[in-house]
This record gives sequence, C-alpha cells and structure tokens, in this order.
Amino acid sequence: MLKNIRNYHWLLAVMALIISIATVPAVYADDDDDDDYRGNSRNSARVPFTNDKWKEECGACHMAYPARFLPAESWRVMMNGLDDHFGSDASLDVATATEISDFLQQNASRKKRNSSNGIEPVLRISETRWFKSEHDEVAARVWKSPEVKSPSNCAACHTKAESGSFRERDIRMPK
Amino acid sequence: MLRTIPKYGLMFITFVGLSMQQVYAQTPNDLLTSLQSEVVKSIPNFQGFSADRGETFFKMKHGNDWSCSSCHTDNPAVTGKHAKTDKPIDPLAPYVNAERFTNPKKIKKWFKRNCNDVLDRLCTPQEKGDVLAYLLTIRN
Repeated sequence: MLKNIRNYHWLLAVMALIISIATVPAVYADDDDDDDYRGNSRNSARVPFTNDKWKEECGACHMAYPARFLPAESWRVMMNGLDDHFGSDASLDVATATEISDFLQQNASRKKRNSSNGIEPVLRISETRWFKSEHDEVAARVWKSPEVKSPSNCAACHTKAESGSFRERDIRMPK
Repeated sequence: MLRTIPKYGLMFITFVGLSMQQVYAQTPNDLLTSLQSEVVKSIPNFQGFSADRGETFFKMKHGNDWSCSSCHTDNPAVTGKHAKTDKPIDPLAPYVNAERFTNPKKIKKWFKRNCNDVLDRLCTPQEKGDVLAYLLTIRN
C-alpha cells in the first residue's frame, strides 16, 4: 500500500510536469488599434504571439519586431533571405529559421500592407504605407534626434515596445 | 507495469537531459585545441596561435565598413553595441563573460555571420584561433 502511494506521487509529479509545460502562459498582444486581432472572431483559435526562438534570435541584434506588423508573405521572403538581412548576415540553422518563419507567418498581419515605394513584398516595417500614416504627425526633428537614430528604433518613443505594446499612452517622444 | 513507468521514465528523461548538456558543453580552451588540430592539417609546422596577430585582426577592417571591434569595441571586456541598431552586446572576453565560446552551435552561427559581415568570407581556423587566443589574454 505504501509503495502504491509512493508510485502515485511519481505519477502526480510527472502529470504536474506535463501540465506545467503545456500551459506555459502565452502572451497575447495588447488591444491596440494597430493590430488585427481586437475582438476578432477569426482569431478564435488563438496562436500565442510570442515564441522563445523568435525572441532570442531576432532579439539578438534588434528588437524582436511583432509578427503583426507585416503580412505573411513579407515574413516568408525575409526568413528565406537571412544570409543578406538588410546588408548583414543573419543566417540561422534550418530548424530554427523554419520555426521562427512559421511563427511569424501564423501571427502575421492579415491586412494588406502596401509598400510606400512600390517594391513588394515590403520587408521594412517602416516602409509600409500603414507605418507612414501612423507616424505622419511625428515631426522631422524627432526623426533626426540622436535618441531615435532610425525609424526601426521603436523603443525610442514607444516605451513598452519590447513587450509588444504600442499604445498611445506609452509614447514618450524625445524633445 | 504502469506503476513503474513514471518513476523510471522520469529518471530516464533526467538522465538524457543531463547527458545532452554534457555533450554540448565545452570550454574556450577545448575550442582552441580543436582549431589547432584543424590548422595543423594544412600547416604541418604550425607554430601556434598568436594573441598579437589576433588583436590586430580583431581591430582592423578587412575591406568592409566594419571590424570586429565596430560592435565588440576595442576592449572586448566591456559591453559592446551593435554598430547599426545600438543593441547592447555582452562582453566577448571569456574571463568577463563565462558563457562565451561554450556553445558550439552559437560559435558556429556567430563566426559565420560576423566573418561574412567583416571579411565577406568565412574565417580560417587560424584566424579564429588567433582571435580566441587574444580574447583569452584579456582580463579586464
């Protein structure tokens, strides 16, 4: 009997382990007007908006940009061209690249993101017409500020960009 | 039968997990040794890696805009900064950052990327060994 109870402890421990792995909290993007998912029934089969490899690999050199900022085709093309990633070699092993590419495509924007310069698919988020219109009230001197340096530097103004939040109330523009 | 599976199953998983970690772990000196044996294949009378050569290689440009030190700075004991994005880069010198040169997958990935960015080609085993010899001399 005692032995039985002890064995059940093992069973419980294993079950607890499995359950804890299966229910790692999935982080979902905030309800911003720039995402496609607010109250969206299409998204009933919710896919987590984060992925460890995406965070680690993309985030090694720059902010891990949210998947929802580009359509799936843009991510597919980008992830197939990592050997020359905006002028740098960002190549990954096939398994890692595939996992990240799948994650990005599954969570991509479902809206058309037209390029502002006519080159499709658009690969730079800052070259989408959507990005330009979202930022059309930002003064030229802010873009030129040394704290901003580049439109790719979301966190210069979007103070919670790293955690995926781009809400208006979290914006602090450099003077 | 069922009662015994969880216990041995868990032990098995733990054992496999631990043994995998041991297979992948290595030290910077292990890497130096394996680079040395690669170099000797093509240069039989190889005199050994040179920290001085490594330092020169690390700090000079090789035809492109960037040198190694463009991101890792001239002092690999301090936190670097990505030349384009300004993202902080942990110190490269193993004495300061014990994680460096311990993960073969990362070593392979970053040598390929960074050598392509700096030299437009892969680095030779001798170049890698010289740079590592240099990095291992850095204490602070």
